[in-house]
Amino acid sequence: MSVAAPPVPTRTYRRLPAWAPYAVLVASLAVTAGVLTALNGFTIASMFFVSAIVYAVAITATSTAVEGRRWATDRLATTLVTFAFLLAVIPLISLLWIVIGDGVERFGPTFLTTDMVGIFGSMVEGGVAHAIVGTVYVTGIAGLISVPLGIFTAIYLVEYGRGPIKRGITLLVDVMTGIPSIVAGLFAYTMFLVIFGPAYKAALIGGIALAVLMTPYVIRSVEEMLKLVPNELREASYALGVPKWLTIVKVVLRTAVAGITSGIMIATARVIGETAPLLVTVGTIQAMNWNPFDGRIETLPVYVFRQYAQGGPAADRAWAAALTLLLIVMLLNLIGRLVSKFFSPKGGR
Amino acid sequence: MSKRIDVSDLNVYYGDFLAVEGVNMTIEARSVTALIGPSGCGKSTFLRTLNRMHEVIPGAYVKGKAVMDGKDLYAPHVDPVEVRRQIGMVFQRPNPFPTMSIADNVLAGVKLNNRRISRSDAADMVERSLTGANLWNEVKDRLDKPGSSLSGGQQQRLCIARAIAVQPEVLLMDEPCSALDPISTLAIEDLIHELKNDYTIVIVTHNMQQAARVSDRTGFFNIEGTGKPGHLIEMDDTTTMFSSPSQKATEDYISGRFG
Ligand SMILES: Nc1ncnc2c1ncn2[C@@H]1O[C@H](COP(=O)(O)OP(=O)(O)O)[C@@H](O)[C@H]1O
Ligand SMILES: [Mg+2]
Repeated sequence: MSVAAPPVPTRTYRRLPAWAPYAVLVASLAVTAGVLTALNGFTIASMFFVSAIVYAVAITATSTAVEGRRWATDRLATTLVTFAFLLAVIPLISLLWIVIGDGVERFGPTFLTTDMVGIFGSMVEGGVAHAIVGTVYVTGIAGLISVPLGIFTAIYLVEYGRGPIKRGITLLVDVMTGIPSIVAGLFAYTMFLVIFGPAYKAALIGGIALAVLMTPYVIRSVEEMLKLVPNELREASYALGVPKWLTIVKVVLRTAVAGITSGIMIATARVIGETAPLLVTVGTIQAMNWNPFDGRIETLPVYVFRQYAQGGPAADRAWAAALTLLLIVMLLNLIGRLVSKFFSPKGGR
Repeated sequence: MSKRIDVSDLNVYYGDFLAVEGVNMTIEARSVTALIGPSGCGKSTFLRTLNRMHEVIPGAYVKGKAVMDGKDLYAPHVDPVEVRRQIGMVFQRPNPFPTMSIADNVLAGVKLNNRRISRSDAADMVERSLTGANLWNEVKDRLDKPGSSLSGGQQQRLCIARAIAVQPEVLLMDEPCSALDPISTLAIEDLIHELKNDYTIVIVTHNMQQAARVSDRTGFFNIEGTGKPGHLIEMDDTTTMFSSPSQKATEDYISGRFG
């Protein structure tokens, strides 16, 4: 007696070839370009949006015809997601494009190492050395104040805080996050006005203004990072007879250090470009000032603001200074990433 | 270096909620005591009171006595940190420190406490503890690799090595095998057999065969219903408990009629 072979389960479906989406894309672009030109409506923006719609319709229709509903839905979703992504990166890319394009004109070693003493009218010389020093001072002072303050507050909130005090602090931090930067500037200005009189200007005041803005960001991000440390690690440490404060220092902070670092970097990047509070607190000056505790000091955002307002060759300096600021932020980011990489828990096998 | 613990009239609370009520129990030195019972009856809760880990949870507290070596662990001036140094603990899920290497995980009890240790003493301690935890041969060539690079069973043995490195008097284990495969479970049961020569061991387990295999004495916890406190129903030599328990509930549980 022969046994009938069991039926082989077959699942065949027709798929579009791998090149099909590209073919449809090229066709959509061609059709859109043709129609728009015929209607005299050809611009880059109209081309982008209209061809995206044409492509979405065309690929979904083709796919429905050949592959069926399920695959067509997949193709439509893929198209929409890709389109959203492109839409999101356009501002970013064009921003980099413009800043770099306009900035390189004046950017260079001389620009980075000279200040603005003796630069008038349509002279193209001059640089940002004094503004870099000022930005480093002001942001550095802000960091020195808000990083320890932020980390300790976050430790309190996550490890110790209970009940109404914790809720109160959380609420205050939330409110602080929303403080307009000019208000922070006026606060710092007034504080020193009361103590030292109206003539006193210094990087210190600007640093305090920025610290007011930066602290809530640091608290928030460190808090999130500390919450991510699994409770099991704390308990493992307690079970070894390690006191709570050592557990926090050597287990909790150590485990979260990568995230804390990147949080601090993001907070720094947020405040390094602040202009308004610096205008009221540290003012502006043409020359280098090495003393952070006395005298006006130039900072990059204020420098950009003033040069751009002046126009002419000064506007080129504004762009180059903007590029400098961008590079500083990128450098901070890079350092943050290196620290994260070095300290993050090593997993895998 | 192993001690017996006498627990009397112990009530364990989470805030207002009485989780375990009226426990009287003697935990013999140099023996394995198993705690069994349906889930939620307070085995873990009770175990964590023995090294004062319970009070780490906000609002949690304990009433009653747990006397080790003539000293009540809950007497007013006893420092819980000191208690935990003498009574080690292994948790249900392996929890090696992810930022530390295998060797540093073993040394964690020393290093996290900021105590100095010479290089050679440290090497001795690592080898002795890992050998004690049956892990030395598997990891001796990669002591500087992260602890999280080990398999689950190896991680659990690493946690045992970490706990015995500080030479506690007592070792508490809360379902140490429940996240492990049968082979790793066997490795840990063998290990418990060896450790019992030096340590007093209390192990919570869900698995009755395991309790029968590893323990000298067994305590059965039960709970009447949700929201009610757990009670120690009976406690006896493991052989007696599994052959002729005196309580009906114990017999039902052991023979698998509920729970
Ligand atoms: N952190 C906690 N806070 C409040 N109640 C808890 C907590 N942990 C456990 N409980 C309660 O205590 C009781 C005993 O739990 P547990 O000791 O974990 O049981 P077992 O380990 O026997 O399964 C349960 O009712 C549980 O809901
Ligand atoms: Mg449990």
